Amino acid sequence: MLHIVNKSPFESTTLESCLRIATNGQGDVLLLIEDGVYAVTKNSVAGNMLHEAMKDVKVCVLWPDAEARGIQDRVLEGVKMVDYAGFVDLVAESDNVQSWL
Amino acid sequence: MALEVNGKTYETDEEGYLINLGDWDEDIAKVLAVEEKIDMTENHWEVINFLREYYNDFQIAPAVRVLTKAIGKKLGPEKGSSKYLYELFPYGPAKQACKIAGLPKPTGCI
Amino acid sequence: MNETTGGVDEGDPGLVKKFMFVNRKAPYGTIYALEGLEVVLISAAFDQDVSMVFMDDGVYQLVKGQHTKAIGMKNFSPTYRALEGYDIEKLYVEQKSMEARGLTEADLLVPVETLSSADMAGLMRSQDVVIDF
Repeated sequence: MLHIVNKSPFESTTLESCLRIATNGQGDVLLLIEDGVYAVTKNSVAGNMLHEAMKDVKVCVLWPDAEARGIQDRVLEGVKMVDYAGFVDLVAESDNVQSWL
Repeated sequence: MALEVNGKTYETDEEGYLINLGDWDEDIAKVLAVEEKIDMTENHWEVINFLREYYNDFQIAPAVRVLTKAIGKKLGPEKGSSKYLYELFPYGPAKQACKIAGLPKPTGCI
Repeated sequence: MNETTGGVDEGDPGLVKKFMFVNRKAPYGTIYALEGLEVVLISAAFDQDVSMVFMDDGVYQLVKGQHTKAIGMKNFSPTYRALEGYDIEKLYVEQKSMEARGLTEADLLVPVETLSSADMAGLMRSQDVVIDF
């Protein structure tokens, strides 16, 4: 299952709720887009939470959104960068998708 | 649009549904029924009153399928059929009965 | 997800998919809750396998004792009790969300099934379509 989060983890608890579900999955994938990309920042509260979750969940970040926000040089290790085509591939590969609002 | 009953004016939407549910009374229902070309009988009133009650309980006008089932439960299976309801309200129980009952158009009714 | 291909058999009851609506917002601060409820009611017309999940602030949609007169908004909480008549009977709440808000099933307007986060994850994975509100 693919989970998509587009809210900053510092403004909303959406990422936390998503991880509560996704970490119980078997090979769930998390894609961070829009303001959601701030979560991948190294040495941040959200980054630490994400680091912990990465034992269970594969984490991807939409590169154009990360780059636009200037966080490209501070991305947590192990996070996979995807472009728009990669976004499409993730959706196509997944049995189902949840876009967390 | 507006509806005139006993010298008072009531607001309706562009399809003739009453805007303020609280405005409704039996006199208004009779005028609405005339506009729908429905000759109100006891059976008609039974459905209208059922709809008012349903709305009061749930705050929505039921979809036809749901109305049919609920009426069958409350008033007996012979009345819980779309045939029966369409005989009373030929242009659709949702469209006509809800309008006469002073309710909004049912949710899920296009 | 499997799609049927080719001609449609006359006697085919139609393809039934599993739809899950996930409600995560409190009722009156935004329009999401009301819009989500309307979508669910409309979806009932299509005879699909529909379930509703309430988690995070979404559980507040179901609490008893909502009185909206003074804020001038429609109280749509009684409508959740109409879902049964629409054959929508699978309502789930997430245990953590309930606990965090000091709520129990007795505080809610309708019968629900309380699920752990792990069970919720399993249920979500079994769906064909998951839509958030």
